[in-house]
Amino acid sequence: MDIIIEGIKQAFILLFTLDPEVIGITWLSLKVSGIATFISLLIGVSVGTLVALTQFPGRRIVVSLINTGMGLPPVVVGLFVTVFLWRNGPLGFLEILYTPTAIIIAQAVIATPIVMGISLAAIQQLPANLRLQILALGATRLQMVWILVKEARLPLLAAIMAGFGGVISEVGASIMVGGNIKGYTRVLTTATVMETGKGNFDIAMALGIILLLLAFFINAVLTQIQQRERPR
Amino acid sequence: MNSGKSILEVKNLQVKRGGVSVLDIPYLGVPEGKVLCLIGPNGAGKSSLLLALSCLLKSFQGEIIFRGRRVGSNHTVFDYRRNLAMVFQEPLLFDTTVFENVAAGLKIRGMRQDQITLLVEEYLERFGISHLVARSAKKLSGGEAQRTSLARAFAIRPQIIFLDEPFSFLDPPTRESLMGDLELILRETRTTGIMATHDQMEALRLSDQIAVMNEGKIVQIGSPVEVMNHPVDEFVASFVGTETILTGKIIRRNAGTFSVSVAGRDIEAVGDASPGESVILCIRPENVTVSTGSSKEITSARNVFSSVVKRIIPSGAFYKIELDCGFPLVTYVTNHAREDLSMHEGMDLTASFKATAIHVIRKKLLPSPEE
Repeated sequence: MDIIIEGIKQAFILLFTLDPEVIGITWLSLKVSGIATFISLLIGVSVGTLVALTQFPGRRIVVSLINTGMGLPPVVVGLFVTVFLWRNGPLGFLEILYTPTAIIIAQAVIATPIVMGISLAAIQQLPANLRLQILALGATRLQMVWILVKEARLPLLAAIMAGFGGVISEVGASIMVGGNIKGYTRVLTTATVMETGKGNFDIAMALGIILLLLAFFINAVLTQIQQRERPR
Repeated sequence: MNSGKSILEVKNLQVKRGGVSVLDIPYLGVPEGKVLCLIGPNGAGKSSLLLALSCLLKSFQGEIIFRGRRVGSNHTVFDYRRNLAMVFQEPLLFDTTVFENVAAGLKIRGMRQDQITLLVEEYLERFGISHLVARSAKKLSGGEAQRTSLARAFAIRPQIIFLDEPFSFLDPPTRESLMGDLELILRETRTTGIMATHDQMEALRLSDQIAVMNEGKIVQIGSPVEVMNHPVDEFVASFVGTETILTGKIIRRNAGTFSVSVAGRDIEAVGDASPGESVILCIRPENVTVSTGSSKEITSARNVFSSVVKRIIPSGAFYKIELDCGFPLVTYVTNHAREDLSMHEGMDLTASFKATAIHVIRKKLLPSPEE
C-alpha cells in the first residue's frame, strides 16, 4: 500500500515542481500525437467522406477494410513502419527511424482508419435526401460536401477524440519506431513502460497520472464543444 | 391544356432501375406560373419524376428543356438547378438556427449578408415563423420545420419549385394552414409549382393542372375538374374516387348555408364562403339518395333535384348510377333497391342530398380563366 501512496505523492511533487524532464516528455507526447491526429483528420475525413458519398465496385470491401483498420494493433503498425524506415527498407533513405517523425508516422497510421471509419459512418447516417436537398439549393459538389461535413460535425468530433485517445495512449509502435531515446523520442507511454520496468514506480505513476489527466482534459474540451448548448 | 408558354418541358423521359422501367414520359409541358400536381399511388413514379425534372436523378434518358433551352452538359445542369427549389416530405433542415436554414440557399449563391438578412426576414414573415428566427432547427415542431423548409426554398426566389408530398407528415390542422400559406405565396409570386401528392383534395385545392400517374406513366393530365369528372380509365376513376365533383359560383348566403349556382341549378351547401367566390363541390355517392315519382316526398335534404338515369353500372355488391340533374351526379344503390325501383336507363328519378353532405373546396384565390 505504501508503494502506491508514495507513488502518488512523488507524482504530485514531480507535477507541481514542473520537473523539466517530465514537462519535456509531456510536451513531446502532446506534439507528436497532436500532429498525428491532425494528419489522420486530413486523410481520414476526406477519404471517409469520399467513400461515404460514392458508389464504386468493391466499395463493400473498402468499407470493411477501413473498419478492420480501426482495430489495427499498434505493435503491428510499429513493425511495418520500422521495416519501411529501416536502413535497407524502401524508405530507409529518409533516415527518420528513431526520430519523433517516425512516431508521428506510426501514430498517424494508427489513427487514420479510426477517423476514417467514424467519418464514413457519420456522413452515411445523414438522411439520403439531404444531399439532394443541398444540390437543389444550388450548391456545387464542393459546397455540398462542406455542408455535409458541417452537418456531421458532432460525430466527427467523436472521431477526433477516438483518434487522439488511441494514439496518445499507444505504446507499442512508439517504442519500436521511436526507440524511447531520452530527451528525443521519449513520450509518456514509453517512459512509463521503462520506469515501471526499472522499478521506479513513483515516476511511472507520475507519468501515468499525467497521461490520464491529459486524456481527460482533451476529451473534456472536445466534449464541451460537442455538447455545448446549441442556440435556443 | 397548353395554356401559356411552357417553362419546362420533358421529351422521351425514360428511367430504368435494374432493367425495369420506372418512368416513361413521352412528353410533359409545364406552363409558366401554374401549379401542376402529380397524383398517384405510392410507387407511381411521382418522386422520380420530380427528381428527373430537377436533374437530381443519377441516370435518366430524355430531354429536359427549360425556357426553350435544353439542359445538357454538366455546366448547364448546375445553372439550371440554380433556378429551382425543392421541398421534400421531410424538412431536411440543417443543424443550425432557423435563420441560417432559410439563408442557406442565398449563402450558397454568395449573396451579400445585408441582402440575405432582408430576404430571410421577408420569407420568415411570409411563412409566419419570424418569432422562430433564432431557434435551433432541431427544436421545431413538424409544422414549424416544414414552414422553415418552405421559406428556405422560396427565399432563393426560384422560377420553379418542386414539392414532394410536403404535407404528408403533418396533422390535418397544420396541413390546412400551411397549405393556405403555400397557396397564397405560389399565387402572389407566380412561381411555377410542381407538387407530388397522393391526396386528391390537396391537388384540387392547389393545382391548375393535375397529372395522374401510375406505374411510371402519366395516364391523364388536365384541369382538376376535367380529371375528376372525366377520368380516362378505370385506374384514374378508382384513384380519384367516384365522387361527384362540381364547380360553381356562390350566388347568395342564407342562414347558415349558401347557394351555389351549378349549371343553372342552385345547390345549397354549408360552409364559410361569400358570394362571388368560386367553389368546388364534392358529393360522395353514398350521400345521395334516389326515389321514384314526385319529388315532394318528405325529406330533410335541402337539395332535391329531378333527374334522368344515364347509366347503370354494376360494381360489386352495388350498382353505380350516373344521373343527369342538369349537372352530373353519381350514386350507389343496392341490387335490392334497384329491383324495387325497377330502375332502368332513361327513367326519371328524384335525387336528394343534404347541404351538410357536400364537401366544399374554396377556390377564391384562383380566378380560373377557363370557367
